Amino acid sequence: MNLKLEDNGQVVLVQVKEERLDAHNSEQLKKELGRLFEEGKTRVVVDLKEVRFIDSSGLGALVSGFKNASSRQAGLKLSSLQSQVKSMFELTRLHRVFDIYTTVDEALEAF
Amino acid sequence: MKNTQIELQIKVPNQTRYLSLIGRISEELAAQLQNYNGDREALANHINVVLTEALVNAIRHANADNPDEEVEIRITVTDEELVLQVFDHGRGFDLDSITHTVKETQDELEDHGRGLYIMRSLMDSVDYYPVEGGNVLEMHKQFR
Repeated sequence: MNLKLEDNGQVVLVQVKEERLDAHNSEQLKKELGRLFEEGKTRVVVDLKEVRFIDSSGLGALVSGFKNASSRQAGLKLSSLQSQVKSMFELTRLHRVFDIYTTVDEALEAF
Repeated sequence: MKNTQIELQIKVPNQTRYLSLIGRISEELAAQLQNYNGDREALANHINVVLTEALVNAIRHANADNPDEEVEIRITVTDEELVLQVFDHGRGFDLDSITHTVKETQDELEDHGRGLYIMRSLMDSVDYYPVEGGNVLEMHKQFR
């Protein structure tokens, strides 16, 4: 999986550079988010701008990251959901769980 | 008598790397559905999602991640409906054991178990039953 990480010292931005976030590649995102929170990062934004498709495994990887963050008093926010991805969050009602922002900048500023 | 317009049969190795290929084929198919008057872009995504979920169940649960196994996908389009079938050659699984209802509170959040909920939400019916040499997960979507 192609992930691009940027750490400005305050917030870690994780850009998912994949068209699909599914059962084939989502485990890597789950591990990466777990690693960041274990290292003590407290503010993480996952940018889904390039993701056109997400399945239950992709959603599960983000839920895992969210729970990991919550248990450590850290924060995980999402940005730039494409319409089909957003519809999957709505179908599973996860849009009520995550803080979701239209742009990366909005998500970064929200911390 | 239902008039079959399109019937596709695809076999792929029991590996998640083929999910995107099947996803692309299913989205292309949605563009060919003459009798569907709804949002085709949404339908394309829904077919992609439910086939992905069904394939992952077959690959991970039924065929126990054995890369030497294979899964077969059969897509049938009639005048009235779309039928998606995913065949495995494995020991099968209990559909209800991989299901949970969608939880709304953070305390009850689960990493897994949304696949069947998604399939049942987007399709009109989802069944899993034994056939000769394995099992089939079958989904129907009416065009009306």
